[in-house]
Amino acid sequence: MADTAVATPVAHDDHSDHGAHHTSTGLSNNKLAMWMFLGSECLLFGGLISTYMLYRGRHSENLGPDQVWDIPFTSASSFVLLMSSLTMVLAVTSANRADDRNTKVWLSVTALLGALFVAGQVYEFTTFYREGLGFTTSLFSSSFYTLTGFHGVHVTVGIIMLMSLVGMISKNRVPGSKAETVELFGLYWHFVDVVWILIFTLVYLIPA
Amino acid sequence: MAIIERPSAPALDSPSVPAVATPSTSYGVFRRPVETTGWKSWLFTIDHKKLGIMYGVVAMAFFIIGGIEALLIRAQLAGPNGTVLSADKYNQMFTMHATTMVFLFVMPMAAAFANYMVPLQIGARDVAFPRINAFGFWAFLFGGLFLNTSWILGGAADGGWFMYAPNSSVAFSPTNGVDFWALGLQITGIASLTGAINLIVTVINMRAPGMSLMKVPIFTWMVMVVQFLLLFAMPVITVALFLLMFQRSFDATFFSVEAGADPLLWQHLFWIFGHPEVYIIVLPAFGIVSEVLPVFSKKPLFGYPLVVFSGAAIGFVGWGVWAHHMFASGLGPISVAVFSVATMAIAIPTGVKIVNWTLTMWNGKIRFATPMLYAVGVIVQFTIGGLSGVTHSVAPSDTQQTDTYYIVAHFHYVIFGGAVLGLFAGLYYWWPKMFGKMLNERLGKWNFWLTIIGMNLTFGPMHIVGLQGQPRRMYVWTENRAGEGFFNIGFWNLIASIGSLVLSLGVLLFLINIYVSHRKGTQPAPLDPWDARSLEWMTASPPKEHNFDAIPTVGHLDEFFHRKYEDRGTEDHHDYHQVATAEDLLAEQEANAEKHIHLPSPSYWPILLAFALPIMAYGVIYNILLIAAGALLALVSLYGWGMEPHTATDDDYDPPTTGTDLEVASHG
Repeated sequence: MADTAVATPVAHDDHSDHGAHHTSTGLSNNKLAMWMFLGSECLLFGGLISTYMLYRGRHSENLGPDQVWDIPFTSASSFVLLMSSLTMVLAVTSANRADDRNTKVWLSVTALLGALFVAGQVYEFTTFYREGLGFTTSLFSSSFYTLTGFHGVHVTVGIIMLMSLVGMISKNRVPGSKAETVELFGLYWHFVDVVWILIFTLVYLIPA
Repeated sequence: MAIIERPSAPALDSPSVPAVATPSTSYGVFRRPVETTGWKSWLFTIDHKKLGIMYGVVAMAFFIIGGIEALLIRAQLAGPNGTVLSADKYNQMFTMHATTMVFLFVMPMAAAFANYMVPLQIGARDVAFPRINAFGFWAFLFGGLFLNTSWILGGAADGGWFMYAPNSSVAFSPTNGVDFWALGLQITGIASLTGAINLIVTVINMRAPGMSLMKVPIFTWMVMVVQFLLLFAMPVITVALFLLMFQRSFDATFFSVEAGADPLLWQHLFWIFGHPEVYIIVLPAFGIVSEVLPVFSKKPLFGYPLVVFSGAAIGFVGWGVWAHHMFASGLGPISVAVFSVATMAIAIPTGVKIVNWTLTMWNGKIRFATPMLYAVGVIVQFTIGGLSGVTHSVAPSDTQQTDTYYIVAHFHYVIFGGAVLGLFAGLYYWWPKMFGKMLNERLGKWNFWLTIIGMNLTFGPMHIVGLQGQPRRMYVWTENRAGEGFFNIGFWNLIASIGSLVLSLGVLLFLINIYVSHRKGTQPAPLDPWDARSLEWMTASPPKEHNFDAIPTVGHLDEFFHRKYEDRGTEDHHDYHQVATAEDLLAEQEANAEKHIHLPSPSYWPILLAFALPIMAYGVIYNILLIAAGALLALVSLYGWGMEPHTATDDDYDPPTTGTDLEVASHG
């Protein structure tokens, strides 16, 4: 998490990004750091996706991807997650307008949609498990649960951060620029969504 | 970042403080640890210079531990049928020797210099995220300690530093050693990752006015290349370590060959990290050498842009050569050919550096002070290691050399001869800057020559025994297979073991040198003892807490040199005359000192957050409840961190002050 700027008790509160004026590039340190972090995350998911792609075909006869996937259900939960990106954008716009009320509303809706997605994942995992696909069943199952589990943890961490942010806005305890903080959370959230588009395509849609 | 320094006297014209946005006290009954002296000032510091020193001290301690492990290995191999170590202990010893030296000595020692010098070299007052910097140090320390507790908790990891799976599965390595290894390296990996983000942002965003990227000192450049390598390599090893952890602790099947697993998965993941890691190890030392050579040759670095671009080129091509570690694994002729050619190609930018260094010295007024000796040592020793490296790039030849002592000889010449000698050059060069005392030159020269002779005696014979076929990682060799005459491996193993003693004597002299140089009554170091060229020397030694009284505006590469010397020559013929001394420049800076210098305050949270990591790691091995406890501590620390204002409030001081100057420089 970025080391955010000090809450400035100085009079000129103009909602602008104070940091940008002082850096060599004009970009704020926090934003640059978030982009670097996301760049690093690409390699993390890259490694996990490669592992899955290597092992997707290694399973017993009747417990492979084609047997266990429920594409309509996962499509619906994917749609929910993508919609949360839309609400995140609305939160960022509200924050840019310094509209605290709507920022909180849209952040909460984003968290709710994210939670819905995670709930769907829990349901999906439970169903697969009941059908006999445990974590240790096959190479396919180990790598599938690890990849999607990692993504689920990212969404969950995102939800916790969103809710914390709503709380901090309510109590007026966001250090630094509110608009930028919301925007940085947004970057993370969109990244997690984009990764899901990749996972959904590679894991679910391409036939094994 | 907000850079706020406690003002000495309340400023009368300060703006009034509205009661919004910041809480009046930081943590209820707890005061913020605002001490500037004593143990608390180190434990909770977020000053990049203190953290740099702590990185250095801890790295040096791990260097000694790793060195003792190496001495035990050499004692075991000194004669036939060695009995110093059992086969099992021997496996743990070489695994931990390599792990300690790579992850707990060379990398953090480079981090020590990066932390200390980068903000000074670019004319900044701290790194971009000082608290994250502190967190990185503590995560590294706790990760290293966690890793080493395995010695007393059932035995250390024993699968070699690259821990090939499935050989590292429970069936072949039943103690918790490998679990400690996988978890410990994840913790130090988090430290590296946060450090990488921090330093990249620092170099990109916090340069002094006028310092374009091509005016950035070469050490800082090489550090930045390394941080990009870390940024992209660390997540890959993290994936591998996670898979290994799941395999061992939660019965996943990633490396279970009987379930159809691919034994090359681990090798690919490890070496995609592992080869960039090689450059992560050596590039900071290259940066140091590129700083030292010009200073002691009284010439600018020859072809600075080429040195920068070849460093960056190494950073890029370094991603395309990993499979040369796997030539013996049966990748197929096309992969082998591609990686073979790529490996030969990466020798080019490295060669460019060597040529530039040599031409920097060419026609220079060379002073062979200790830092210079070490820097020249790097050129010679690293070139030897580089040449044996090129022989590995030829796949058929490599197939013969794989898993023999020839490989061990090669990587010790590049890591010890490149990285470690380079780091020692840095220690001698920057010591007066960091501590205000010169290291003793006489002892330094003894230190250097014993180290050089020791390393060649230790690692040189390994070429011979390796080509004779002595395998790596064998815990004994026997007389009846030792060979005859010149090639008798018994003789050369004994020489190598004697060499390791000479080498340790060299290192011991360094420690004695520190003691001798800091005895009571030794003179403080001159402000500019080496007639240096870059900005870190344009401030007090050791630097003040805020580094510079006034941030310099930069007009040149080697800004400090150009402020001291004026060019009275023509366009083709430079004729430099000294117009100012370091003392003059410092006095000028002090006269123009900025009134409102802002530094962030120390914090409890970085060390607490870092402490949560080993608790969770012990939890993975022993008890799931510990994971919950660690996660709780982490959560509390994160919230504390997130809501903590950058600067201590008046209530945190004893006695509390009022009417503080609250003008805030808030950037990030």
